[in-house]
Amino acid sequence: MRVVEKRQLLSAAEINRSLQRLAHEIIEKSEGAKDLAIVGIRRRGVTLADRLVTAIRSFSKVDVPMGILDIALYRDDLSTIGAQPSLQGTEIDFPVDDRDLVVVDDVLYTGRTIRAAMNGLFDLGRPRRIRLCVLIDRGHRELPVEATFIGRTVQTSDTEIVEVRLQEIDGEERVVLVDRVDDAS
Amino acid sequence: MLPYLPHLLGIENLTTEQISFILDQAKPFQEFQRYPLKKLATLRGKTVAIAFFEPSTRTRISFTTAASRLGADTMALQAESSSVKKGESLIDTVRTIEAMRPDGIVIRHSSSGAPEFVAQRLEIPVLNAGDGTHEHPTQALLDALTIRDRKGRLDGWNVTILGDVLHSRVARSNIHLLSRFGAKITLCGPAMWVPRELESLAPGLRCTSCTEAALEGADVVLVLRVQTERIHEPALAPEEYILGYQLTAKRLRLARPDALVLHPGPMIRGLEIDSAVADGPQSGVLEQVTNGLAIRMALLYHLIGRAPADAPHPAKDRSNASD
Repeated sequence: MRVVEKRQLLSAAEINRSLQRLAHEIIEKSEGAKDLAIVGIRRRGVTLADRLVTAIRSFSKVDVPMGILDIALYRDDLSTIGAQPSLQGTEIDFPVDDRDLVVVDDVLYTGRTIRAAMNGLFDLGRPRRIRLCVLIDRGHRELPVEATFIGRTVQTSDTEIVEVRLQEIDGEERVVLVDRVDDAS
Repeated sequence: MLPYLPHLLGIENLTTEQISFILDQAKPFQEFQRYPLKKLATLRGKTVAIAFFEPSTRTRISFTTAASRLGADTMALQAESSSVKKGESLIDTVRTIEAMRPDGIVIRHSSSGAPEFVAQRLEIPVLNAGDGTHEHPTQALLDALTIRDRKGRLDGWNVTILGDVLHSRVARSNIHLLSRFGAKITLCGPAMWVPRELESLAPGLRCTSCTEAALEGADVVLVLRVQTERIHEPALAPEEYILGYQLTAKRLRLARPDALVLHPGPMIRGLEIDSAVADGPQSGVLEQVTNGLAIRMALLYHLIGRAPADAPHPAKDRSNASD
């Protein structure tokens, strides 16, 4: 089994444009950004959340608090994936009670990550509202989860993988669609 | 778990990488102890057998609480009120427990090597909660975590271990762990409890019977409990011990001004430690207790939560992060 790149979904410039637009949408639909806070899901959701907060600050002068969520303890596939995922830790320094939260992740796929994220947030308190912001929605949901803020919706097949590569983590900036090829067949 | 660990039997057979990994994994669980809702579902449906063949309060409560906060159920066996009293052998007892299908077993036993004996015979992960005078690995790990937090790093400190080192599994596990991180360790206590043979445990280890000399320049002072229940030879009179070896505020001033004082508990105030020290700003005693929960949660998460080695991996083809 080998992984090959099929096509580029977003360039660096397109990622940036998407994030700028998402930042504006979040502020427009947040009634003055009162109680607003942004929570990035480890790992790439954190980088994206960080950029959204920076973008919001530069055009609206609003400082939105940001937190980091590690969903490893809330996954539903722990006893089936062999070794346990390493823990990085949740860092949310503000009370989530009555907050207007926007959860940020790179790709929305089955929806299971978001289910885990909501469980994690409810352990910290009772937010007034939770909305979801993703860079890519690739479909194939297994749970009733939808995003409020979407950078790009992409049609994919089940074997394909959407790889979001960000400068801070991957040393390059683009989103690609890759596929698994079985050389044996 | 990156450096694969089937059981936790002792510190001696762990790599430095594995020790650092466990300490890092305890970090999120330290934060978790401050959550308003201290209940995870991570190990829901798993059962942890807590088999204590020797009396213990804090380690047993700590493991039980750690398992429960991860969502696991526990089944408890206590020697005082069990079949052990009726003469059942260790292997029959643990085989009986295993037949109830727990996903892991935590063992404390008065015989050194008992957890390893059990691990060789059972299919489930075994965690050593203290065996004879051999090892008490979770205690050494929680001590290391407390040192790292309070002093900013774990490497290269002058560590003085004070008391009945000979009979102490806490001391042995700590020596194995801290020497791995470049500590200069001094063992101090009455000569019969600090025999020269202990110097072979780690390179550069120093033994002395002079408390003042041992404390000079110490960055960490680990005070051991005087273990009256484990002493068979005529013991030192308590007054003599207090006079020569009690950690008093005056003696602590010989150590570095920011020296950290640790005690595995239960403390006997007025015997091995003075209340002014136990309750003083240099004491890390209560942090040790909280850190014990975090260490044990991290270990249970990685050892008990893991799928059995021969289990199918239905999700392995979906291991990419974009879900």
